[in-house]
Amino acid sequence: MVEVIRMREDEPHEEPAVSLDAFLDQTNATAVRIEAGEDARQLIPFLDRLALIEVDFPVFGDGRGYSAAQILREEGYTGELRASGDVLVDQLAYLKRCGFDAFAPDAPINPQVMAQALDRYEDVYQGTTDSRAPIWKLRHA
Amino acid sequence: MYQYDQYDQKMVDTRVEEFRDQVNRRLAGELTEDQFKPLRLMNGLYLQLHAYMLRVAIPYGTLNGKQMRMLGHIARKYDRDYGHFTTRQNIQYNWIKLEDAPDILADLASVEMHAIQTSGNCIRNISSDQFAGATADEIADPRPWAEILRQWSSFHPEFSYLPRKFKIAVIASDEDRAAMRLHDIGIQLIHNDAGELGAKFFVGGGMGRTPMIAPEIRDFVPADELISYAEACLRVYNRYGRRDNKYKARIKILIHELGAEEYIRQVEQEFTHMKELGLNPPVEELARITGYFADPPFEDGASDDIDLSDPDFALWVDQNTAAHKQAGYAIATISLKPRSGIPGDASSAQIDLMADLAEQFSFDELRVTHSQNIVLPHVKKSDLYTLWQKLDEAGLAPANLDLITDSIACPGLDYCSLANARSIPLAQKISERFADLGRQRELGELKLKISGCINACGHHHAGHIGILGVDRKGTENYQLLLGGSAAEDTSLAKITGPGFSEDGVIDAIETVTDLYLEQREDGERFIDTYRRVGMERFKEAIYG
Repeated sequence: MVEVIRMREDEPHEEPAVSLDAFLDQTNATAVRIEAGEDARQLIPFLDRLALIEVDFPVFGDGRGYSAAQILREEGYTGELRASGDVLVDQLAYLKRCGFDAFAPDAPINPQVMAQALDRYEDVYQGTTDSRAPIWKLRHA
Repeated sequence: MYQYDQYDQKMVDTRVEEFRDQVNRRLAGELTEDQFKPLRLMNGLYLQLHAYMLRVAIPYGTLNGKQMRMLGHIARKYDRDYGHFTTRQNIQYNWIKLEDAPDILADLASVEMHAIQTSGNCIRNISSDQFAGATADEIADPRPWAEILRQWSSFHPEFSYLPRKFKIAVIASDEDRAAMRLHDIGIQLIHNDAGELGAKFFVGGGMGRTPMIAPEIRDFVPADELISYAEACLRVYNRYGRRDNKYKARIKILIHELGAEEYIRQVEQEFTHMKELGLNPPVEELARITGYFADPPFEDGASDDIDLSDPDFALWVDQNTAAHKQAGYAIATISLKPRSGIPGDASSAQIDLMADLAEQFSFDELRVTHSQNIVLPHVKKSDLYTLWQKLDEAGLAPANLDLITDSIACPGLDYCSLANARSIPLAQKISERFADLGRQRELGELKLKISGCINACGHHHAGHIGILGVDRKGTENYQLLLGGSAAEDTSLAKITGPGFSEDGVIDAIETVTDLYLEQREDGERFIDTYRRVGMERFKEAIYG
């Protein structure tokens, strides 16, 4: 049983995520799971009614999910964005910067190592959907 | 040159601590080698044939004396007393112990250096023109733009697990000294019709197994949209670049398969969306960084006269110095290609000396070139003789810049786990065969580039003469290529025919250069004659 690490205040969404094809076929689902090669932009018309989007990482080195997450957040999605699959502690900070706020790793993550990894960098060099002010903005504040 | 502020310093210091923690977890067995690999790679640490290799970033090839001296210190303390300057304008050390790596990174951070993203499937060290800020033919100094890109690409969360590595070069003159169009993104700074400075983008170049010259994909990107445009280029690649086959994963393959027009369409669509996201630093940030690259305090009215009565010095001046934008100054290139030497290698004593000389004679600046040499960018002409004498004493004054013995060579089978053949001994033998400087100068500009396998780290595709080492039934075999160029007349070399033994390929090079001497017309370089005469004539001479 995969334990889900959530960084959101709201209650976990109960409905299981359906595949992208199934989601596009049925009109009332509120949770969807997209695979690495699938186009996150297909979800844009439905973002208002989605409460959970799960993005799968088949291997941690497959970085397509980072762009998928950024696109969804740039389009205004505010529901739970969950990274699932081969999600490792050393990628969590970048995943979070791209808008993920929940993780369903295949292998359990040591909470202490996770806390360190997420808090380590005080500043960032570039803007992303996490709204942290990049260093250039701090310099010219 | 650029100096870190408290933010930059904190970023590299934090990186050192992060990597120290990761190494500890690896040594404690909490991370598997598979999990650790991408982490160490993003800190420039490779596992080679015999040991770990550490690649240290030298952003756009620029560094000062203090930094150079630290590179010597690392060679002495943690390696076997030498370092190897690379075609990415970086330096690498071949005999590093994993447990030392965090301390090395800490030493580097103490002089505003790092090894961040010198490897891995991420945006690598940004390269640039080694004559930046010194040459008269540039329209602006490209390095502030490279520094903007360095900061943007460092720890980029969306683009750290790309399909494959990603290399960016920035130049600012029509003459290309940085192999710009053989990069994933090549940027040339230009003025638009309104006189504004901006960037022309070329995307999808590269060497490797499938060499390609980058097509132009946008004629002008304004300074204050540079980052969002680069993001658009990268996002299309991150989403659609191939991940099923690492040999087809570079952006050049995506663009080749999509066609440049379709790639441009997708990038423009993404760009329209991205430029509204507030990703671009304000023009004040470019101005802040540009301030660090202001001209050093040149002496007005310095003399252009050089006493050339020492003939060896005169040869070096003629071959290894280039025109400077400031009267009375010259750009001096230190060749790391001595007879029988290893291209790009320097001992810690030589590194220290170059640091001293930069402080004494070049306003505390050095550059690393993609041809694996070192540049002192701002030398007063009246100091050249003293400089040359000191270089000569240390074996650093070969007067062979851009000549046949100024070869590029990858580490090859002596170090590299990917190589099929040795590169270094071949480069050494060629430097012996063509040792006579008079003969080299008679042959003139001749870019010879050697790779020990098809990954092309030795840039053989871009050599006027290229050599590719292959494995033929268990023995090293060398293919000969002709007609490549990494300059503004970018072209890809073609294989002449069946390969040769090590000595055989040197004989073939001699046949080829003899034919050039016989065929050349007034003022033609080797590459010009080759292009005029054509491959067939050369093939006949080689294979009879």
